[in-house]
Amino acid sequence: MTTTASAQPEVLDVDALIADLRVRIAVICGAGGVGKTTSAAALALRAAEAGRKVVVLTIDPARRLAQSLGVADLDNTPRPVQGIDPTNGGSLDAMMLDMKRTFDEVVLAHSTADSAASILENPFYVALSSQFAGTQEYMAMEKLGQLHTEAVESGAWDLIVVDTPPARSALDFLDAPEHLSSLLDGRFLKVLLAGARGPFRLVSVGFNLVAGALNKILGGGLLTDLQTFIAAFEAIFGGFRERATQTFQLLASPQTTFLVVATPQRDALREAAYFVDRLSDEGMPLAGVVVNRVNRTSLDVSAERALALAEDLDPTTSAIEIAALRQHADLVRVIENEQLLLDRFSAHRTTVPRTSVTALPSDVTDIGSLRRVGALLADRD
Amino acid sequence: MSRARTAARADRRPLSTSLPQQTLHVVSGKGGTGKTTISVALACALATAGRRVLVCEVEGRHGITDLFGRPPLDRAEEPRLSRTPSGGAVHGLAIDAEDALLEYLESFYHLGFAAKALDRFGAMDFATSIAPGLRDVLLTGKVYEAVRRQAKGRDDAYDAVILDAPPTGRIAQFLNIHEAVSGLAKVGPIRSQADSINAMLRAPTTVVHLVTLLEDMPVTETEEAIDQLRATQITVGTVIANMVRSMPLSDGVLQTFADGNGKLAVPGFDEADNKILAAEFGIEATRTVDHRRRRAVLDGFGKPVAEVAFDPGGIDENAVFAIADQLQDQMQLERRR
Repeated sequence: MTTTASAQPEVLDVDALIADLRVRIAVICGAGGVGKTTSAAALALRAAEAGRKVVVLTIDPARRLAQSLGVADLDNTPRPVQGIDPTNGGSLDAMMLDMKRTFDEVVLAHSTADSAASILENPFYVALSSQFAGTQEYMAMEKLGQLHTEAVESGAWDLIVVDTPPARSALDFLDAPEHLSSLLDGRFLKVLLAGARGPFRLVSVGFNLVAGALNKILGGGLLTDLQTFIAAFEAIFGGFRERATQTFQLLASPQTTFLVVATPQRDALREAAYFVDRLSDEGMPLAGVVVNRVNRTSLDVSAERALALAEDLDPTTSAIEIAALRQHADLVRVIENEQLLLDRFSAHRTTVPRTSVTALPSDVTDIGSLRRVGALLADRD
Repeated sequence: MSRARTAARADRRPLSTSLPQQTLHVVSGKGGTGKTTISVALACALATAGRRVLVCEVEGRHGITDLFGRPPLDRAEEPRLSRTPSGGAVHGLAIDAEDALLEYLESFYHLGFAAKALDRFGAMDFATSIAPGLRDVLLTGKVYEAVRRQAKGRDDAYDAVILDAPPTGRIAQFLNIHEAVSGLAKVGPIRSQADSINAMLRAPTTVVHLVTLLEDMPVTETEEAIDQLRATQITVGTVIANMVRSMPLSDGVLQTFADGNGKLAVPGFDEADNKILAAEFGIEATRTVDHRRRRAVLDGFGKPVAEVAFDPGGIDENAVFAIADQLQDQMQLERRR
């Protein structure tokens, strides 16, 4: 037993997760810039090489990683990834989400050709499908639903790995689909819709107030656009809430598991904490936390001693040793700081399994380096 | 570090004479590059003796207050978060689109009652979420209001306003208000409000700073953001390279260690320890060689570059003040040319 006061969290066993055939969906979430996409791709590759038939849905991979995965062309269709080891009978397909195209396909699938055309060119729809902050999350969910159905029907995949959008907050991923469906299915639209159906049906003070205010602020044309949008969209409103509910149920089912990705930094761990606590509150299946870019050293020399040694050396003859010792001192301080943050994170979450991925000196851009990340993910240390 | 900071502070000039009159500093950067830290540090750098500076966040992450170890900001309040070592005040504001819309309706149209009725119908949520570009107009509109107080000579005016803006991937769209509302309002008050915000964002008093790490994706996104902002005619100020590690050795020496061929002879270390240290240094050497290459790429963007040193101790209020000193020195030098 070491002298560390804090309880050590359980270790997240990634290989056991991969080997568990009941797990059909792995959702990778976390704050922006923590390496979600890389973690998703590395997990998918490792699972494929362990024999699973995997499809990975990436959202916004770095260009060179996208090229390595063969998803540099945005075509919204899973494609086989080249260069994987098929010895264990697994396979890996990858795709990059095209948010607008996925939304367009939903519209086309749920409306007649005429109304689809008027929806697709309406300015509210254009904004909703390309700019609305929650659309990417919603469409990632939509695509996940489609892939899941396809997996069940065709048997092409037994594991779907989903990367989540670079949201302002990790929680957006859970909240956005509900938010979007409540917007499209809400009371406000019902009021406007009633107005759109005919001038005599609605004489409520509320609506006149609403319409009056909107006209005053936005000018008349806009309200017409909005009503056109709503009228045309009406046919698929009900579907939205239903689909959001279905997706939520899929996420909460035992065949799904969540991996929360963080880095040992304050912001990223705060987001991870929000997410972990939220998943616990909602009874969602959490596999554990992946902490990326953790620094380590195998040299048992304190920062103080390294600096003292550097101080005693002659800068004219030992410049490299001095630089190396100072670098080590900095590294030890970084490690201490990271450990402090990680200990605090786990202090109240001792049952949340954790795994760490050592910081790599260079970017992960090819299958070989993804394989290394996968090995680090699974390394039970 | 503290000795260097004290020395630097002793001969510092008052900022007001050395910086041009830039009243709005927009800070963007890829997620994870530290743009919130840099936003707050820049606010501290601008908050010299007697000056009041406001730092605004628009994405509800509560990152600003967290740096000062405080609870999240209450809506629409602008409390003082810090008194800087040089005697200025840094205030914080979390801008919320729905609050901004309510405030806007009340102050321009005295529509308080109607607005509340609208809110009950979910109209505020709808308008700020779906109406094309409206959300960004409202968020930047609140920033515009805070900046404009100075010209109006109001008591609650600020000498400078810092906006901790959305990440580089969305920054051009976020600031390109004119484009955003074109589908929304062709005439009317929203349009004229958008035009005023537009003019403010393109004035020489507004600059956008881009925070990056010396890593692949952040540097690429910085370049893309510069290109996109060029098209909008919004001025890019300084590219701020964050978490830069100092390293006195040449590329040649570093490459030797990166390749695993470097040897060390630290007195008191046995051979095994020297080998472990050499291997550890090799990782840092690899990273440094990469970083130096990307640092040169940043120079190619044709914008002034400021460097913020990596702080192995992590970021707290004192670390923010240290970064503020570095920004002040470098962004000052940039103006003297």
